[in-house]
Amino acid sequence: MTLTTFWFTVIAFLWTGYFVLEGFDFGVGALMPLLSRNEADRKQVIGTIGPVWDGNEVWLITAVGAMFAAFPAWYSGLLSSFYLPLFLIVGGLIVRGVGLEWRGKVSSRRELALCDAGIVTGSVLTAFLWGAIFGNLLYGTAFATVLGGALSLTLAVLHGAVFVALKTTGPVRARARMAALLASVGAVPAAVAALSAIPADHGSAWMWAAALVAVSTLAAGVALAWRRREGMAFTATATTIAATTATLFGALWPAPLPGLTVAEAASAPYTLTVLTWIGLIALPGVIAYQSWTYWVFRKRLTSAVSDISVH
Amino acid sequence: MDALDLARWQFGVTTVYHFLFVPLTIGLGVFVAGLQTAWLRTGKEHYLRLTKFFGKLFLINFAMGVVTGLVQEFQFGMNWSDYSTFVGDVFGAPLAMEALLAFFLESTFLGLWIFGWDRLPRKAHLACLWAAVIGSNLSAYFILAANAWMKHPVGYEVVGGRARMTDLWAVLTNSTALAQIPHVVAAAFVVAGGFVIAVSGYQILRERGLPLTPRRTGRGLPETPDLDATVPLRRTPGMWRTALRGALVMTAIAGVVVAGSGDLSGQLLREQQPMKLAAAEGLRHDTTAAPFSPVPGVEIPGLLSILAAHDPNAQVQGIDDIQRRYATSFGTADYTPNLPVVFWSFRLMIYFGMAAVGLSVLGLWLTRRPRKRRGSRTERPVPSWFARLCVLALPLPTMAIIAGWLLSEIGRQPWTVQGELMTAASVSPGVSLAEVAITLAAFTVLYGVLALAEGALMLRHIKAGPEPAPAEPVRSDPDAVRLTPTLMY
Repeated sequence: MTLTTFWFTVIAFLWTGYFVLEGFDFGVGALMPLLSRNEADRKQVIGTIGPVWDGNEVWLITAVGAMFAAFPAWYSGLLSSFYLPLFLIVGGLIVRGVGLEWRGKVSSRRELALCDAGIVTGSVLTAFLWGAIFGNLLYGTAFATVLGGALSLTLAVLHGAVFVALKTTGPVRARARMAALLASVGAVPAAVAALSAIPADHGSAWMWAAALVAVSTLAAGVALAWRRREGMAFTATATTIAATTATLFGALWPAPLPGLTVAEAASAPYTLTVLTWIGLIALPGVIAYQSWTYWVFRKRLTSAVSDISVH
Repeated sequence: MDALDLARWQFGVTTVYHFLFVPLTIGLGVFVAGLQTAWLRTGKEHYLRLTKFFGKLFLINFAMGVVTGLVQEFQFGMNWSDYSTFVGDVFGAPLAMEALLAFFLESTFLGLWIFGWDRLPRKAHLACLWAAVIGSNLSAYFILAANAWMKHPVGYEVVGGRARMTDLWAVLTNSTALAQIPHVVAAAFVVAGGFVIAVSGYQILRERGLPLTPRRTGRGLPETPDLDATVPLRRTPGMWRTALRGALVMTAIAGVVVAGSGDLSGQLLREQQPMKLAAAEGLRHDTTAAPFSPVPGVEIPGLLSILAAHDPNAQVQGIDDIQRRYATSFGTADYTPNLPVVFWSFRLMIYFGMAAVGLSVLGLWLTRRPRKRRGSRTERPVPSWFARLCVLALPLPTMAIIAGWLLSEIGRQPWTVQGELMTAASVSPGVSLAEVAITLAAFTVLYGVLALAEGALMLRHIKAGPEPAPAEPVRSDPDAVRLTPTLMY
């Protein structure tokens, strides 16, 4: 494997980490009003991602930063040609980020509602736009754009619903299970359509295999959520997103942008070698301490109201 | 007005805005970690209360720093794609390292700190905060190394119209970077120190029942207490004095580092960016014993030469002569930055910065430990006029830092990479005027609204003061639940 191929794989891996991790917290943000009947429920839902969402978002910063360093022409071409959608994504991440951070620090009902509006808008908009951008990049048609957006949004919602079901107790958990089943009504056809088209057009055997893994783990995830096997279901939906991202990056090889090959876009071997060493040293550490965070907060969240004997 | 101008405005607006929050994150994080460390070592309750109080303000501010930072990373590719393609091989590496080595550390461990009060052993919990603030400070290192490369490119060669890195170590130990990193990081500690000083001054006035501004309704009438009656006052003897003194020490020490590293930067300018140095004085011609004008029209002979070379007779190059030399070596173009902006930002940086640091030295002297006289060990109280001054001085460090960035980046024009790439050749060729105009307008509105919200939120939490002395968080105690940020884990 050449350095260029290796770095293309690393970037695919970073995007995979981003979509798997922030995928569920986009879903949680989007579903928050639907899973809640009162403020205690909303706190419970948002509490599932409270300690981790910001760390999840760094996967995006790292993926984009690594593209800048390893494939400058890919980075600059992609970002300048999807100018307005990316602006909306950044705007969405801004309102979502301040909503999540400030939610615990505001007092009035109106301010809470504003924070929630930021969280929901930012989550839905961003989850949709990532798929739309990549759908448009691959096919350039309106249909592919909408299908891509629908796929990323419904997968995020499903993944987030399963995560909430995994991390909560009581009525919120039950509603999250229902939401997961409902989301699958959109996610399954979108996944089947997109994941049969991409390997058919760019196809190699391994992409067909990845697409098959994505669709079958999606079906398994829904079935497991139905049977309340949430841990397994979450593993399945995470695998779906990972395999879908792998298929996508398979289609982006060897020309991640029209008229630009990976080899043309790449930085010189010196830079790629240096980055390889830094990545090899740093990334295992990152994965270790982020995993530790999930371990620290591994317990299910009970509703805040049941713990406080007021009202 | 074309897309280039608007893209420059957008970069200026979003970057200055981003840098309203970042210095507070860098400095206040360390201050809060210091408070929590003091609590762990001494067990004194007021350290814990201060930790939680300033911790909350830190987090309100942190959110803004993070989300506005996202814009920065995307902006290079969106608005400056030709720049990004040219420099990515060199400039991208510190950015990728920043994300990998600093941002992950910062975000992950801060999440653990916020939600880990009753989940982690005390020492591990404190270690999480230290890890997060080390992450913030490391991120400053990498981004400033990248920025320094634009002013003084090293460790690269240009092949096929693109810069190629030849030596990462040279990029990370660039002389310009090593001078500007302590300068900017220490300035961030001055900003955070100034913030804590202002908040403490405000709280001291409130505890004394004094208004922020001495108001006299008639001759000789005493000042009337003017307090926000809705907020119950909790007297906490000595607590704010502790916070104030800690911040004064931090600011004074940081001030020394700012001055020293600033001096170093000035000397590097003479070799590396002579145009910026000449523009900062408005010096037209190559001059020996170059003067410095504290205000226009007043010249102190030889002072600019001293600042730039530690030699009153040293030669400093002048704008017109540099322009002629650049035209010969780089081709005909205007190589002069915006002179009034560079001239004034240089001075305002110095004046505002010196005023902020001067305030801290004054405060340390006013609250100095009294000499032991006949066994009496009463502390000198913080004078009320000084407490007022502390509040009024709040904007000074931030204004100094903004002026410093204007000097640094507008003084670099017309280059994005000194001697290699001009700003006009850096902008995205495919992005239209309308697109930049839309995003510039939208960012301005969004940022304006968020600034008001952040200011209001900060002010409310400052007015509310720290929570009453918290009991030890006990997991089975229902009252303790409310002390944890949102939920029980």
